Amino acid sequence: MPYNKPHPAETIIISRRFHLPNSASIDTFLAHDGYKAARKALDMSQDDIINEVKKSNLRGRGGAGFPTGMKWGFVPRQSPKPKYIVVNADESEPGTCKDRLLMEFDPHRLIEGCLIAAKAVGAHQGWVYIRGEYRYLIDIMDKAIAEAYKANWLGKNVQGTGFDFDLSTHTGAGAYECGEESALLESLEGKRGQPRIRPPFPAVSGAFQCPTILNNVETFCAVPDIILNGGDWYASLGVPRAGGTRLLCISGHVQSPGVFEVPIGFPMMRAINEMAGGLRPGRKLKAVIPGGSSCPVLKADECDLPMDYDSLAKAGSMLGSGGMVIMDDSTDMVKAALRIIKFYQHESCGWCIPCREGTLWLKKILTRLDDGIGVRSDIDLVGELAENMLGRTFCPLGDAAALPTISIVKKFRAEFEARLAQVQVPAGVSESLVRIHV
Amino acid sequence: MSNPVNLTIDGKAVQAAPGTLLIDAAKQSGILIPAFCYYEGYSLQAACRMCLVEVEKFPKLQAACTLPVAEGMVVRTEAASAVQARKTTLEFLLTNHPLDCPVCDKGGECELQDMVFRYGAGESRFTEVKHHVDEKQWSPVVYYDAPRCILCYRCVRVCDEGMGVTALGITHRGAYSEITPNKGDHLNCDQCGACIDICPVGALTSGIYRYQTRPWEMEHVGTICTHCSDGCKTTLGVRNNEIVRGNNRDSTGINGEFLCIKGRYAFDFIKHEDRLQSPMVRRNGKLEEVSWAEAVKAVAARFAEIKAAGGAIGVAGSVHSTNEESYFLQKFARQGLGTPHIDHARSGDVPALIHALAGKTDALATADSLYHAKAVLVVDADLSQQHPFLAFQVRANVRHHQAAVYTVTRGPVREEQTAAKAVHTADYLAGVRGLGEDLKKHADLVIVFGDGIKGAAVGELVAFGDSLGIPVRYVCLVDYSNSRGAMDMGLLPELGPGYHPAAVRGMSLPQMAASQDLAALWVVGADPLAGGKRLASGKAFVVVQDLFLTDTAKQADVVLPSASAYEKSGTVTNVTGQIQRLKKGLNIMGAKPDLEIFGLIARAMGVDAGRAQNEAVFEEIRKSVRGYNVPLPVLATGGAAQAQPVNGRVDVLPDPELVRSAGDTLFTSGSLGRYSKILGSVMEAPGALYKG
Ligand SMILES: Cc1cc2nc3c(=O)[nH]c(=O)nc-3n(C[C@H](O)[C@H](O)[C@H](O)COP(=O)(O)O)c2cc1C
Ligand code: SF4
Ligand code: SF4
Ligand code: SF4
Ligand code: SF4
Ligand code: FES
Repeated sequence: MPYNKPHPAETIIISRRFHLPNSASIDTFLAHDGYKAARKALDMSQDDIINEVKKSNLRGRGGAGFPTGMKWGFVPRQSPKPKYIVVNADESEPGTCKDRLLMEFDPHRLIEGCLIAAKAVGAHQGWVYIRGEYRYLIDIMDKAIAEAYKANWLGKNVQGTGFDFDLSTHTGAGAYECGEESALLESLEGKRGQPRIRPPFPAVSGAFQCPTILNNVETFCAVPDIILNGGDWYASLGVPRAGGTRLLCISGHVQSPGVFEVPIGFPMMRAINEMAGGLRPGRKLKAVIPGGSSCPVLKADECDLPMDYDSLAKAGSMLGSGGMVIMDDSTDMVKAALRIIKFYQHESCGWCIPCREGTLWLKKILTRLDDGIGVRSDIDLVGELAENMLGRTFCPLGDAAALPTISIVKKFRAEFEARLAQVQVPAGVSESLVRIHV
Repeated sequence: MSNPVNLTIDGKAVQAAPGTLLIDAAKQSGILIPAFCYYEGYSLQAACRMCLVEVEKFPKLQAACTLPVAEGMVVRTEAASAVQARKTTLEFLLTNHPLDCPVCDKGGECELQDMVFRYGAGESRFTEVKHHVDEKQWSPVVYYDAPRCILCYRCVRVCDEGMGVTALGITHRGAYSEITPNKGDHLNCDQCGACIDICPVGALTSGIYRYQTRPWEMEHVGTICTHCSDGCKTTLGVRNNEIVRGNNRDSTGINGEFLCIKGRYAFDFIKHEDRLQSPMVRRNGKLEEVSWAEAVKAVAARFAEIKAAGGAIGVAGSVHSTNEESYFLQKFARQGLGTPHIDHARSGDVPALIHALAGKTDALATADSLYHAKAVLVVDADLSQQHPFLAFQVRANVRHHQAAVYTVTRGPVREEQTAAKAVHTADYLAGVRGLGEDLKKHADLVIVFGDGIKGAAVGELVAFGDSLGIPVRYVCLVDYSNSRGAMDMGLLPELGPGYHPAAVRGMSLPQMAASQDLAALWVVGADPLAGGKRLASGKAFVVVQDLFLTDTAKQADVVLPSASAYEKSGTVTNVTGQIQRLKKGLNIMGAKPDLEIFGLIARAMGVDAGRAQNEAVFEEIRKSVRGYNVPLPVLATGGAAQAQPVNGRVDVLPDPELVRSAGDTLFTSGSLGRYSKILGSVMEAPGALYKG
């Protein structure tokens, strides 16, 4: 079944084949410009491809927003080692559900993006690392890959150009941390999914210690149109330092949740109110997680802004992975904070102390606060502990746990206070002692 | 060194080689940056976050354990932000830590305690329920208490990188992460205890030492392991005249922190219930306990009679005795008893090597050369089983300097895991010759060989080494703690001290056993009649000095209980000629050091063999044994003095057929090993290869 018809306010570029019947098949793909960009790229020089991507101002769609062309340029061209392409399809950031649509409805676009990237850096092998829970997508990707092999868009001597490129899927086993690029590479190599020391970065030493281009699904998927229509065209769709369109995944308290493609810089409130159908009748906006649960939460009055990197940074949050979670005034922010920290506690790989121990401690305190047996000092403690994790962990997961927590406690403190245990603390007695008897 | 990098740490101008890690550069200039997971010599983890410091121009605190120094870097290790981070990381760490210091083995020498003492908060803000997991026993020697574990992964690395065993890994995740044996719930490993030793806290504890004592109640006695010939320093923890632990935390020995199961745990034989504690004399066919005076008198009187009658006296020396004892024994035998029949259980053809190297300098390798040589060739030896420390050195060399390892062995050995080439053959010389072209490529080479290369083959091996055109050094492997010293001191029928031909060539051990005329056999710490063998001479008067009633002792006329290496002082020489000092750790009631026993017998016989006293005998050794004129202060301070090369013509070469290694494994140690319950309790020594 094809995906929902696009909303009129969308700018559909990478999602433009979602709505076609049989969109995942190679025939549909070829009938709608499929592999044209790859065909073109196969005749381009490595530098020309990378320059086009640099001109496009494409920034990584996985969360960190690193300029893609620049990353590709870091691959040491002279290195005698093989180069690899790795697709990050671990999509696990709460609120984010765009990569699955790309793979479900337009898998050949991803293959095409990989092929162009491979040509750009001289790679002959790639893997699509798909989160274990996306089992059904593995079948779809495998089928598309088989079709591509059959039509010689993968394999030896692609389209008679003499260029070889092999691609296969690899499944994760259910760890959010394996979406972090270096943990992903460990997992891909068959090891425990925990991050590596960086530098070196994957572009220099990635899979099996070889130069590796690792990007998000959506990032690779943006590449074919850049090659087809030019970097300048793509850049012109977005804002000065971030080109193109993005898929916004809007979930939560809206009437028509879904995935929508908008140019970078699209106003947040329009996305919520027009595309996602606005809030339920009688409800008011309370808060928005703008780009996946790792981002600081915005209060309703902070949400009137364009969805681009700089504007969100100025508002103290991040564009992240495009996973927007809309919370209306029925939301219990203590529960929201607990839910978020439960996720990070569960997903902390345990490698480093502040994240391993901090997330569990936070979960325990927030559980008490939610149970109505917290004491006043707990509120500050939550904020302080999160601050003590921030910037000190081995990988960014620790920050991802700390940032939303800090923002919720700061912005919704009154809700925490209203939930404190109703006990009299005798003068001179520590609050924490009292709590034990609650 | 390329141009040094200049940086400032805590206001101090510091220079360091490019590529130096900040934590090392700081240490070199006397600034200690706190660390749990960083451990010199092992791979980097950046996991504990204790080493975060402030570095100018970096927006965040930086991990000093992974940050290379850079020109102009300005570092503040005690900046308020860094100190605050440390304090809070410790606070996080303690949340699930049981804080059972009062009963923890590590209490008093725990890095977590020290760190909390220095940086920790005075009060705990954690009022939640701690996560608890029950303690697990992984093997007779290794226990794991997960709640105490701080997940520094040192144990995982020492086992993988240091030991080449890879027995440990991590299971579960997040705050529930635990260390676990990689294969199932128990350890089938080297049982070396390195993981326990390197653990900064009391998470890994030893089955031998746990809950025995507090560290401050022990006396720490640095001595030398009495098992194999590698000569590791071990620090005995002695309490109430009992050894409760062996370790090497002060790292001052040639072995650094290394010890194998034997050095760390196999001291328990000294307290075995079969230990001899009283002299015995055979009366009416039975051995009866007598006083020392009586026993010594019996020996002296009989020796004197036999000597006067011109009867043949055979003397079997020990591979565990000190140099002083062996030297004194051969001198007493040759000069006092007037007998040339002296021998010991030979396990490597050292005389043949010394002869083959005549005229060369710097041709004998040390334990240190195995760590520095560009290439190592192992011939007929399973180093990981028989010479655990030498094997460790080779692994460290591969890890730190990418040394090339070659093996020529009959079957698979662990060294093959990292070997550039491994050859399986029983024709060792042919195997070695096949590697000539490969070996030539390296800047230098150490050849380590076992008893498969002896007699003429040693000369052929050295000729092969000469043909390579690169500097080659050699190690001739021998079995036990003073096997090498026994030879150097001249416990050989053909050779006296320093490999000088003996004035009169005596009988070898098999010849003594086969001799119809043998009038006496004096056995010191050896078991030539093991397995119930009998002397051909029915009339021989047999005297045995030993710790246990060996097969030979069972046939003896007089049995004298002797002290083990842990109960006496003196010097021993390891497989690579490094002379080190034993330090007495305790007394076992009734037993006496061999040297003291020799002195008593000599005195009772009225023979002057010099003073039977360690310092006096060692002075004589320094003067009269080639290579042993070593500086005394080195020994006195617990160091290893290298015997000078004694390479030179050996005019009478001993019979190579008598060279035979006992072929001990990691978990055996000749007759001593049989009395070690801990060695008996671990599973069979694991096979050669762990990985794969
Ligand atoms: C804890 C954690 C989880 C992550 N999960 C994902 C993920 O599921 N998918 C993804 O594309 N990137 C994820 N990232 C970001 C990746 O590390 C990496 O930056 C990204 O895949 C690079 O691709 P891009 O430049 O195309 O965004 C995660 C990062 C962290 C720290
Ligand atoms: S911050 Fe540390 S514990 Fe958390 S996921 Fe990253 S490495 Fe693992
Ligand atoms: S005892 Fe030695 S071999 Fe066994 S797990 Fe510990 S370090 Fe590894
Ligand atoms: S057991 Fe000890 S050495 Fe191993 S990770 Fe835990 S604390 Fe570190
Ligand atoms: S390697 Fe040899 S000397 Fe060292 S501890 Fe083991 S048995 Fe003792
Ligand atoms: S010592 Fe640097 S992180 Fe552990």
